[in-house]
Amino acid sequence: MIIGLDVGGTHTDVVLLGSDRILRQAKVPTDQANLFACVWAGLDEVTADIPPGSIRRAVLSTTLTTNAIAEGKTVEVGIIVSGGPGVDPESFRTGRSYYCVAGSIDHRGRQVQSINAREIRRIASRLSSEGIRHVGVVGKFSVRNPAHELQIKDLLGGSFEKVVLGHQISGNLNFPRRIATAYLNAAVYPIHKRFFLAVRESLNRKGLSIPIYILKADGGTMNLESSLRSPGQTILSGPAASVMGSLPFASETEETLVLDIGGTTTDMAVLVRGIPLLEPLGCELGGYKTLIRSLNTQSIPMGGDSAVRIVEGDLKIGPGREGPAMAYGGPAPTPTDALFALGKITDGNAEASRKGIEPLAEQLGTTIEETAVRIFDRACNEILEAAARMIQRINSKPVYTVQQLLEGHQVKPKNVLVLGGPAPHFASRLAAMTDFQVKVVPQWRVANAIGAGLARNTCEVALFADTERGIAIAPEEEFYRSIQKDFDQYKALDLACELLKKKCLREGTEDADPEIEVIEDVQFAMIRGFNSTGRNIRVKVQVKPGLIPEYRKIAASLFERDPSESAARDADLGHGSR
Amino acid sequence: MLRTSTKTGLVFFPAFDWAISPSHPEREERLLYTRDQVFEEGLLDIEGIVEYKPDLATIADVQRVHFSVPDEWSILTKSHLISAGGAKTIGIEVMEGRVERGFALVRPPGHHAMRVVHGARGFCNINIEAVMIEYLRETYGVDRVAIVDTDCHHGDGTQDIYWHDPDTLFISLHQDGRTLYPGSGFQYELGGPTALGTTINIPLPPRTSEEGFLYAMKHAVLPLLQDFKPDLIINSAGQDNHYTDPLTNMNFSAQGYAELTKMLKPHIAVLEGGYSIEGALPYVNVGIIMALAGLDFSKVREPDYDPDKIRQSADVTRHIRRVADEVLAYWEKAPKMREEALGDKQFAERERNIFYDTDGIYEFQYETIRLCHDCAGVLAIDSETDAGCRIHAIHIPRKACKICQETGHDWFDSRDARNYNYIFLQDRTHDRYLVRKG
Repeated sequence: MIIGLDVGGTHTDVVLLGSDRILRQAKVPTDQANLFACVWAGLDEVTADIPPGSIRRAVLSTTLTTNAIAEGKTVEVGIIVSGGPGVDPESFRTGRSYYCVAGSIDHRGRQVQSINAREIRRIASRLSSEGIRHVGVVGKFSVRNPAHELQIKDLLGGSFEKVVLGHQISGNLNFPRRIATAYLNAAVYPIHKRFFLAVRESLNRKGLSIPIYILKADGGTMNLESSLRSPGQTILSGPAASVMGSLPFASETEETLVLDIGGTTTDMAVLVRGIPLLEPLGCELGGYKTLIRSLNTQSIPMGGDSAVRIVEGDLKIGPGREGPAMAYGGPAPTPTDALFALGKITDGNAEASRKGIEPLAEQLGTTIEETAVRIFDRACNEILEAAARMIQRINSKPVYTVQQLLEGHQVKPKNVLVLGGPAPHFASRLAAMTDFQVKVVPQWRVANAIGAGLARNTCEVALFADTERGIAIAPEEEFYRSIQKDFDQYKALDLACELLKKKCLREGTEDADPEIEVIEDVQFAMIRGFNSTGRNIRVKVQVKPGLIPEYRKIAASLFERDPSESAARDADLGHGSR
Repeated sequence: MLRTSTKTGLVFFPAFDWAISPSHPEREERLLYTRDQVFEEGLLDIEGIVEYKPDLATIADVQRVHFSVPDEWSILTKSHLISAGGAKTIGIEVMEGRVERGFALVRPPGHHAMRVVHGARGFCNINIEAVMIEYLRETYGVDRVAIVDTDCHHGDGTQDIYWHDPDTLFISLHQDGRTLYPGSGFQYELGGPTALGTTINIPLPPRTSEEGFLYAMKHAVLPLLQDFKPDLIINSAGQDNHYTDPLTNMNFSAQGYAELTKMLKPHIAVLEGGYSIEGALPYVNVGIIMALAGLDFSKVREPDYDPDKIRQSADVTRHIRRVADEVLAYWEKAPKMREEALGDKQFAERERNIFYDTDGIYEFQYETIRLCHDCAGVLAIDSETDAGCRIHAIHIPRKACKICQETGHDWFDSRDARNYNYIFLQDRTHDRYLVRKG
């Protein structure tokens, strides 16, 4: 059995999955102020009376680190950066304890200026005296040569709880993002550690020693131990759970737009032949551009519970949720209330919804029904416009070779998968408004939790080799090797794959022979004067986001198991596009 | 967070799969370290810097500028269309007002490509700046354009294309032609009779350093721009004046290039040459991007930068002052010289030999221009190569008067096709390009 748990903005969803079906599901209100309580309530509910040892794994997707950053509830971090010439590193200051120090490495990884040990020791004692226990150390071009970061770490000594080194974060080049990511990793470390150790301990006390996995922003999982190494990877895992939950139902030959319509937000992503697209460098959160590998998602502050108002004579939906829909006792009219007023939902107080919409209708000078239609259509249109913007952004991503530019594949999804609370209603309207093939994800209310439960491990390894300098380096893996003149692209690729497999095992993959995808594989002849002096090789391999093999049986059963839901789905789509 | 004071567009197209030949300076590796530096500095993440994907220029875009012999596909590749397209993309973004300035960091380069193209010269096949400018003129009605070429080599291709255009001020700063390819670009090269004075050459002696370049900018280039009042300023931003460049003998630096860019404030910069791929380009490009965007570039410098080591001698300083004075004097006299040149003659002729170093072609040209008082004058070029290919090319300028238009069409129809492989007509008044096969 597998547990999948996803903490959303409004609800926390949990499922217990058997080998071929959903055994249990639970939905508890999310209490952002006490995430542990709601996570534990959810886990407690689905594990009641389950024999110890029968649960193979639990995959958790939480908003813990995301919230901590958004609300500024992180610990103070000391950041030490060695930039050398270029953009002034002062521009990337992360907080009060931010030190720009001597030391510089060039683009090929050669030392230009050494670090100053006395300067580092002075900073170390200052950080200690200020009670700072979490530190990030980041050098420009440290992914080409991490020597300075390692030296600084040594000089800092063992008195800090966590020292994050920039080169371990990602093989990608981007110094400002490396600084931000190191900062975030250090800043959320104690919160993350405390939380998950508490979850593990509570499960242990119940006699359930379940291996815990944590969902990452790229839709993959990692085990608890790996998450302690880079807790920042859990940031923005929320949209990832839903995207993973939609995968079994996505076209394997075409492109699909996934819409997760929640209470407060609508998240969207694009799947190409059943595989979600990743951000080129990393996610962006609260003004921080990072190197955290992440699905390419877009979130708009509009969901089923967004408050609807009239601003300058026009309807405005969100941003912001003031409570549930008025039909469920909430304070302000919402798109969900519009669905009540139109008679599409009936399990609440429709009269309250109509009362809430009435003043809006008066201001617009029209009927309640017409206003409800307009609210609903406005919501659908905003989703479609945001989706169009995201697709445009994906398609305008620059490429750097003639071949890539001329091939220039343009993403153009024809299929839409909708999940989240009001999914069926939105799906039917979107189908009527567009040419998309719109489908509702089966079990749309808990598909996110299913997605978390079934996600597989993802990994990436970047390898850089320079035969003129005689080095091969995979910075994230702390891998450095001297190489001979005959080292080439093919050897680099073999080496990178070997490193990737090791990394997968360390991070808790269940697949001994994962499917590896090559994302970058280039070799440049280095010419000095008119002579070839070496090869400059860059290789990047990954295990892309996907599901563990069990998903097939479960997905097949999802279409059949829940007759009431599939009936609702068919009925709703009936008056859609047809 | 870093934010630019000037919204700046960037097309970055390193063409990592294109080279003239494996060990040629213009090879795949050229912008590799620049890419690494630009990416590592995080320039593309800065608020106010927008990266665009290059459009492909079209054959019609090329035909607005060049006579390609025998046809376009024989002298260019898709890479050239992307490179010119990258410049064009930046031009469009600037004209549409989506950015204030932009930089096309593209290759292959273009400033040695002349109006008639039989092959590659100085690593260039088509003139990417001219393709962009003529597109912007056609699409947005841009009229007066200034091109400031800061590549170390004389921009003889751009000079040739705009030799007879009084609405395009072409200024080239370069290493003295007596000491470097292509051997042209002297002060007295001032443009054709109908456009005398809108070609300006500022040859600088070897080992000119920051002081000399910035002096020439301040005392020659900027005053001319102020007089000319262009609608658009284009910078052909070659980077081979750098003290580490393997093909040249100058002592310019990343700081200097950034400062020059800050002074010039070009609307559009386009990368040209620059072959110190590790020691110069990564730093010069970062400096230029930051200067365009109005960011503080004071900490951008090469690892081995030492201003004392590259300082120019007093002789060089004196020489540059003299050149600047001469340039200004020519600028003052030019209107009068133009009147005299027009005189009451009907036509003017010139003959020249052009060598295509990259492709090893010799070309002989005989040019006839109508000395028109109402427009730039219709132009006919008779061109023959050592391989025996002979063409006749007629250019009707953008703002041609009625008589020049009629004369051009008359020439095109009446030339005896038996004498030529091809006869071309480039009619810029109707944006048309016609070919008669011999």
